[in-house]
Amino acid sequence: MTGAVGAPRRVPRGAISAATIVVFLIAWEIFGRKINPIFGSYPTAIARAFVTLAQSGKLEKALLQSLASFLTGYAAAVIVGIPLGLVVGRFPAVEAAIGFFITAGYAMPLVALVPLLVLWFGLGFTVKAVVIFLMAVFPIVINTWLGVRTVPKTLIEVGTAFVAPKATIVRRIILPATVPYIMAGLKLAVGRGVVGMIIAEFFTSISGLGAIIINSANNFDTATMFVPVLLVMILAWALTQAIGALERRVAPWQVELAGREES
Amino acid sequence: MGEVQLIDLGKQFRLQLDRQEQIVTALDGVNLTVADGEIVMLTGPSGCGKTTALRIVMGLERASRGRVLVDGRETAGCGHDRGMVFQHAELLPWLTARENVTFGLQMKGMREPELRATAGTYLELGGLTGAAGRRPHQLSGGMKQRVGIARALAIDPDVLLMDEPFGALDAQTRETLQAQLLEIHARTRKTILFVTHDLDEAVLLGDRVVVMGHGSVREIVDVPLPRPRTDVEAIREDPLFAQTRHRIWRSLHDGPRRPADAVVPA
Repeated sequence: MTGAVGAPRRVPRGAISAATIVVFLIAWEIFGRKINPIFGSYPTAIARAFVTLAQSGKLEKALLQSLASFLTGYAAAVIVGIPLGLVVGRFPAVEAAIGFFITAGYAMPLVALVPLLVLWFGLGFTVKAVVIFLMAVFPIVINTWLGVRTVPKTLIEVGTAFVAPKATIVRRIILPATVPYIMAGLKLAVGRGVVGMIIAEFFTSISGLGAIIINSANNFDTATMFVPVLLVMILAWALTQAIGALERRVAPWQVELAGREES
Repeated sequence: MGEVQLIDLGKQFRLQLDRQEQIVTALDGVNLTVADGEIVMLTGPSGCGKTTALRIVMGLERASRGRVLVDGRETAGCGHDRGMVFQHAELLPWLTARENVTFGLQMKGMREPELRATAGTYLELGGLTGAAGRRPHQLSGGMKQRVGIARALAIDPDVLLMDEPFGALDAQTRETLQAQLLEIHARTRKTILFVTHDLDEAVLLGDRVVVMGHGSVREIVDVPLPRPRTDVEAIREDPLFAQTRHRIWRSLHDGPRRPADAVVPA
């Protein structure tokens, strides 16, 4: 805490978040119980379904299957996305050549293309990783690209004035200056990647958390359906937090400049 | 050695104004020779081309015509023979003060162990030893600019180019830095080309003051004050100080009252 001496103590942000979550769960419990269990569910029913699903071993297996494809697709998106964004942002000729594909690709209606991808890559792990990659790579490229474009010209001139080679300017000036944008892209990509993962598993419907969702929905087991839905959301939240922590590690100056203690 | 010659420097910009392309002349035949070890101040109204001239000497911009010679060699782009001090220091925010100084040295190809020793020497010269581990946002404006100066000096350039480096500082800090710069100059005898708006600063620091207007040299005023000028208070009380300042002021105000840029439709 960096608060001034004598300043009133602020309520910890974690406590505020916890309080809203508790209020939300209580409200959901009260209203959820009044609804036909086919059309809705409520926290305690979902918790019971979670225990059943976890004890059967299905949840763990599905989670590991989903995570494996997610991490593969997401890692590929990071490895491709950041350098591509740097190059597109830095070199106007490259921007002119492929900028259109990136902007248009971001809006690609991937749901429509998944059946085609299934034909190409089958029903297994590969197609899921490909769909997750395609969903996650665009926000990473676009954010990195925009980030490069916002690097102050004067900072680049510092490199030029000291006769830094082009590659050094990219690595030692543009990349660090772009870190906050890259991190924002990585966070957006988590959400998109998770959506991609579930979409892919809907179509293949034989593995992963998406398969549990679609199979329990088909059985009108709404409470069980909510288990992977919530799990995926919590997973995405945790990953986003992890990226925030990573940002504070690799770019502490940025966090200090913005004057925010935690996100 | 660091003699700088600006020979018939000209610079024109294309400017998009109201959907009409216009050509703006920023420099129109600037000739100037700065002797080795001399401090020459460039001053003039906004848009007179003083910063453009400095940036061309550095190599950050290309002249439309003319040449820049450093020690008789024509410059092509930036080089380690010239060190730039930017208007707002322009430290890399993710690096500490020491790392910012080291950055310039690394670009010059210096490796450990000299790297650490040299950076340390110039941080000390700037009175920054205690702040070496701080990042720019943890430094005051004056300290930032001292790091900027240390970074430029560390690569041991023949010529130091300074673009209104103290313009954004408060009066007291500015005076401290001016005195420090005079001390550094007395010790290193670097050639300095210095852009300023501040007439006091021009007289205090300069051997000569170049008054510019409309992209050319209007007048060059000699500053007859003796060196070393490290006793800033005594210098300011010298009647020659006020006289020289007044001459520059007159020169600035004598010129025809045209807009600073000569705008010629393309």
